[in-house]
Amino acid sequence: MEKGKAMARRWAVDFSDSSSSSHPTVADPPGFARSAPDLDETSGSRQKKDAEAAWKAQKAWEVAQAPFKNLLMMGFMMWMAGNTVHLFSMGITFSALWQPISALRSVGKVFEPYKDPKVDLNAPRLLFIALNLGGLLLGMWKLNTLGLLPTHASDWVFSLPPAKEVEFAGGGSPFY
Amino acid sequence: MEARFLLGFLLLLSLSSFAFAIYEDQVGLADWHKRYIGKVKHAVFHTQKTGRRRVVVSTEENAIASLDLRTGDILWRHVLGKNDAVDQIGLSLGKYVLTLSSQGSVLRAWNLPDGQMVWETDLQISNPSNSFLHVLGNVKSGRDSLSLVCNGGSIRAVSSIDGLVVWKKDLSIDGLKLKHVFQPPESDTIYAIGFIDSSLIALYHINAKTGELLKHATQASSVDLSSEISAISSDSLVALDTSRSNLLLIKFMAGTITNHKLPLSDIVQDFSGLAELIPTKSNDIFVVKTPSNVAFIKVKGDNEIELIGKADEAGIVSDSLTLSEEEQAFAVVHHSNNAISFQVRINGREALTEGIKIEDHRGHVKRVFLNNYVRTDKSHGFRALIVMEDESLLLMQQGEVVWSREDGLASISDAVVAELPVEKEGGVSVVEVEHTLLEWLKGHMLKLKGTLMLSTPDDMAAIQAMHLKSTERNKMTRDHNGFRKLIIVLTRSGKVYALHTGDGRIVWAHLLTPLLQSESCPSPSVLTLRNWRVPHRKALQENPSILLVGRCGAGPESHGFLFIVDSYSGKVLETQILDHSIAEVVPLPLADSSEQKLHLVIDHKLNAHLYPRGSDALEVFVREMANMYYYKVENAKEDIKGYAFKKGCSTGSSAYCFGTRELWSVVFPSDSERIVATARRKINEVVHTQAKIMTNQDVMYKYISKKILFVATVSPKAAGGIGSAAPDDAWLVAYLIDTVTGRILHRVTHQEAQGPVHAVVSENWVVYHYFNLRAHRYEMTVIEIYDQSRADNKDVMKLVLGKHNLTAPITSYSRPEIATKSQSYFFTHSVKAIAVTTTARGITSKQILIGTIGDQVLALDKRYLDPRRTANPSQEEKEEGIIPLTDTLPIIPQSYVTHTRQVGDLRGIMSFPANLESTTHVFSYGIDLFYTRIAPSRTYDSLTDEFSYVLLLITVVVLIVAILVTWAMSQKKDLQEKWR
Repeated sequence: MEKGKAMARRWAVDFSDSSSSSHPTVADPPGFARSAPDLDETSGSRQKKDAEAAWKAQKAWEVAQAPFKNLLMMGFMMWMAGNTVHLFSMGITFSALWQPISALRSVGKVFEPYKDPKVDLNAPRLLFIALNLGGLLLGMWKLNTLGLLPTHASDWVFSLPPAKEVEFAGGGSPFY
Repeated sequence: MEARFLLGFLLLLSLSSFAFAIYEDQVGLADWHKRYIGKVKHAVFHTQKTGRRRVVVSTEENAIASLDLRTGDILWRHVLGKNDAVDQIGLSLGKYVLTLSSQGSVLRAWNLPDGQMVWETDLQISNPSNSFLHVLGNVKSGRDSLSLVCNGGSIRAVSSIDGLVVWKKDLSIDGLKLKHVFQPPESDTIYAIGFIDSSLIALYHINAKTGELLKHATQASSVDLSSEISAISSDSLVALDTSRSNLLLIKFMAGTITNHKLPLSDIVQDFSGLAELIPTKSNDIFVVKTPSNVAFIKVKGDNEIELIGKADEAGIVSDSLTLSEEEQAFAVVHHSNNAISFQVRINGREALTEGIKIEDHRGHVKRVFLNNYVRTDKSHGFRALIVMEDESLLLMQQGEVVWSREDGLASISDAVVAELPVEKEGGVSVVEVEHTLLEWLKGHMLKLKGTLMLSTPDDMAAIQAMHLKSTERNKMTRDHNGFRKLIIVLTRSGKVYALHTGDGRIVWAHLLTPLLQSESCPSPSVLTLRNWRVPHRKALQENPSILLVGRCGAGPESHGFLFIVDSYSGKVLETQILDHSIAEVVPLPLADSSEQKLHLVIDHKLNAHLYPRGSDALEVFVREMANMYYYKVENAKEDIKGYAFKKGCSTGSSAYCFGTRELWSVVFPSDSERIVATARRKINEVVHTQAKIMTNQDVMYKYISKKILFVATVSPKAAGGIGSAAPDDAWLVAYLIDTVTGRILHRVTHQEAQGPVHAVVSENWVVYHYFNLRAHRYEMTVIEIYDQSRADNKDVMKLVLGKHNLTAPITSYSRPEIATKSQSYFFTHSVKAIAVTTTARGITSKQILIGTIGDQVLALDKRYLDPRRTANPSQEEKEEGIIPLTDTLPIIPQSYVTHTRQVGDLRGIMSFPANLESTTHVFSYGIDLFYTRIAPSRTYDSLTDEFSYVLLLITVVVLIVAILVTWAMSQKKDLQEKWR
């Protein structure tokens, strides 16, 4: 996009920088208080803030519930994939395992935008974690149904070397 | 199922195909095939002026072959059956080879140029005995010529053209044994001379065209007649008496017989011992061989004989060769040190003497066959076929060995495998590297062309030649994959050969028995060979060596001897004549400090002698002695006995001699059972796992024991061949016996079945092959053995924590609870030998190697012999690779490891592991040798030779170039866009 714009015009001068109030070299005009309007509109802003908090809370809940859809989707995919070990079912299973894990790792980041002192994010966070753990469990269950979890005795003894024998016997028919 | 997945591709790959075969252009890549004929016993030369000069030979291995006289190559060869020994061969009509076999009851004619059988006649002889064949040249009824076969008192005349019996004359006199038949030139009468009960001489005149008896006469002999006679002219012959010290000159003229006794000591001055008559053909000369010399004797007039020549040293004398009417030639061959003197005597006079150097590993001369040729100056030249002690065949001409054939290899009795030397580290010159690199590149370019189907027929030929010539496989050093090894074989003559697995060439060969021959060891014969020292971590620097065990005489009480031979060079490291006999050699799973394997030699008094002799060997053995057992299968007595060892033996006080104590015996009831086969696991077989995982993820524990002995017995009535017993009288009992305690672990009876039984034991299973009389088909049965006492080791937590007894040592004295699974299948072929593939770690699935009646080796997947096969396997079972049950084992033509080759008279199959887990060596021997490498689950652990590295390289280069080009292009495009 930027490239396209750059191509459209040969040159450009951007004045926006100089107008920025944050410019450290240019001081604010005398008598101008930046914080004054805020102080003026306290009640209005509180209302606004409340609305924002409500919105954030709502959003956080939505985000927290998102893995549920994912879960259903995964369940459907797993059902489609069948119970035999092949490329498709393996891919599905590993993605089913990977998605919750990556989601759980980024659980802090997911709720970052909705951070608000007035919003209690713990509940949605817990729901999010629970749903992802559910997804993980689903993935594990699939792994097990595919027979890839070492839950049977056979998984632990399949390469067990034969036991040593105490005695030795040799012989056969003598030479004639 | 999960275990399979965790095992990786291996099994999935193996499941993907039922059979595998090699492509036509891969023949000879890893395999080799050598053809031999065996020890020659008869030879007939066929030296026409035109065409190929050839010699037709028959051998003790029951083979008849035509050899090219120039090169010794086999022009054609036929191997008759085991019970079809060739008695005599002859030429007829100049184009047929006649062979009389099966004690004179089968006469066959073979086309001389190509060896096609022309006809075969069963002479229907009721009491086969010492028969002989006489080809008549003169009986001309049209273009035909008759061959006479005499057997006891009957004569059969067989037409040479179609093999029909023209006439048959049974002289029907008890005790008559015809000895000689001849026909005077231009006569229609045949004279047949025979002895009746070794005291009467009988003469018969028979019409050659009709077989009508014209005249007969008998005459009492003055001495007891032995069987040896020699015809010396048209009306006289010489015979030896039973004491072999008197000659009898028999003359027969006009229906009367006269005989005259001549003591040999009158003719040959210093005669002593037993004489031997050499067969001759007329001309009044005969040859008597005595222990000290060879006498050429001429008959003069009536009853007078004269010594006309004498060869002093006792040599080997050939049959007579008629040069002309008056001239008879004999070859006399003496052997001294490493040279032989070859002497041709014409009418007893020395005509030619040549000394020829011969490698000393060939031993003494055993037989000589003389032949002549006419030189350009019309004089006679001589050539001779010589059979040596090691059964090799040499052609001698003009004082030189023209060619030699190692036909001793046709009678291999035992074989072991040895490693090759480790490659020495050393610099290779740059030129060599460049050369090989160029060759390498060229080779791969050719292969690439082949892969891309661009190659011309010339290129294809070059690729094939390159495959075959590959120097890598013939190196004399050990390779990483363990493909290059030495197969050390022992032949019937006692000669030891080391064969290279790359191309089957003989690396070294030694005939060791002559080294021993002395008064203390009169007739040494080698019984068996074993690995004595195998390269190992500690003994890597030591050369591997093998142990040869033999005995000095024929009887079981004769003293034994040991040889220890270096595997690399064949040099004898140690020779020892033992002061005890040898009944059995038991290799122990123990080694002394210098990695020499401990062996127990059991003598006929059941004392055990420990070898090698050394204090540390003794220490090692004594420490383990309480756990060592010995068992003995007595086929004749129908019993098996088990013994333990104890200190101090009955015959001496040597510290290395141990006594035995009988612990148990299994005696089979002799009226209902007879031992026909025993089999046990290979001592060095490696098993990877003790668990067998079922489809439902259940686990069963294999009963893996090296002590199991499989014994098959049949009812005495059915001990003969197939058809000798009615189905109701025949049964076969299979036993699994623990050889430590004598406990019978399993016993199963097959009703209406009989031998021959061939069995193979591996891991926890036995496969055996027998004949089902009711179904009239061969059957194969598999028994798998599982350990029930460990079956409850199924708690995952315990297994995870390692709280199980699965790796605890097993003793036979704790009562094993075993469960068996068994299944039987029909099998189309009869079997000559059976073996199983062995790999380095025992992971690769197994194949059963079956030597079929067609002298081929068939690799049958063990999965076909799986007792869990059912008619309708479930989806899971199918996934696991269980094949639906069929009543017959399939024979897939592609699974013949010998592809189109035949191993004549196949006797043994040997499989030994390569270092590469997927691959195993297969060596099969009979009259021929065949070696190949097979991968029962395909080569999952290496790239094959066919892999095109150049294609890979090119792909990589092309990809890199493509990346660079596209990168450059995108850069350029970016730049352009920025300038827009």
